[in-house]
Amino acid sequence: MGFAASFLWSLIVYLLLTAGSGSIIAWSPAELIAGVVIAAIIGYATRNIMDERLEYFFNPKRWILFIVYALGPFFFAMAKANFDVAYRVITGKIRPGIVKISPGLTRDESRTLLANSITLTPGTFTLEIDEEGNFYVHWINIPKGKEKPTPEELCGYLPKWARRIAE
Amino acid sequence: MIEWIVGLCLGIGVTFNLLASIGLLRFPDVYTRIHAATKCTTFGTIFIVLATVIYSIYSYYWVAKDPAWIIIGIHSTLVVLFLVLTNPVGAHAIGRAARKSGIRPYGAVIDELEGRL
Repeated sequence: MGFAASFLWSLIVYLLLTAGSGSIIAWSPAELIAGVVIAAIIGYATRNIMDERLEYFFNPKRWILFIVYALGPFFFAMAKANFDVAYRVITGKIRPGIVKISPGLTRDESRTLLANSITLTPGTFTLEIDEEGNFYVHWINIPKGKEKPTPEELCGYLPKWARRIAE
Repeated sequence: MIEWIVGLCLGIGVTFNLLASIGLLRFPDVYTRIHAATKCTTFGTIFIVLATVIYSIYSYYWVAKDPAWIIIGIHSTLVVLFLVLTNPVGAHAIGRAARKSGIRPYGAVIDELEGRL
């Protein structure tokens, strides 16, 4: 079952990348054979990982929430981040430091999601995550008196979304 | 009309990529430069790719029904997907390696990682 899921997933991505190469629907015979062989290798190599997490990864609720998050709140935060960095580039006003937050996430997937979101949003990027799930974040402009921030002070609604999508 | 929309997207994208380049030169140390290099290049490149996608959709429906346009659109969309997934990971790896090799953040008011890596 794990093999089938990751085989199909790799095959779909491969076929998307090589669409339009020939005349069997949209692919040439060589690309189809190469796609099946490569997808089989990937499926075989990752079958154990996928077996454990099949229900987790292919839960449609997570996917819908993830797409909503990526197009809405995340894109907005990213746009804000860019104007923030643009402002700092032009004026040079920075007060940097490395701060620690404890968002209390337990799964690897949710931590990855939050760390990536933090890196792409205003003024922060993740340097290190330790075993207890504490994030060490480089913050480019620490407001006065906020040297020990809560997760909400550092990155707003992102931890809430990470918990909702991936826990 | 379509030229204006595509031009607007390209303009926004190029502006943010330009700001990222200026930030790379202007900021004082490796961590602050990573800020400029990750955020602005991702956002700028999304808009450049958006221009490509809009133009390919427009060309497919109003210029020539050639599947090549659809393929360009799909490939560009995949570029954005992989860029957004991999850019933060790369930034994290560079930043962590820099801190691990002992580079202190410039002008830091607090450094919680002191003595931990």
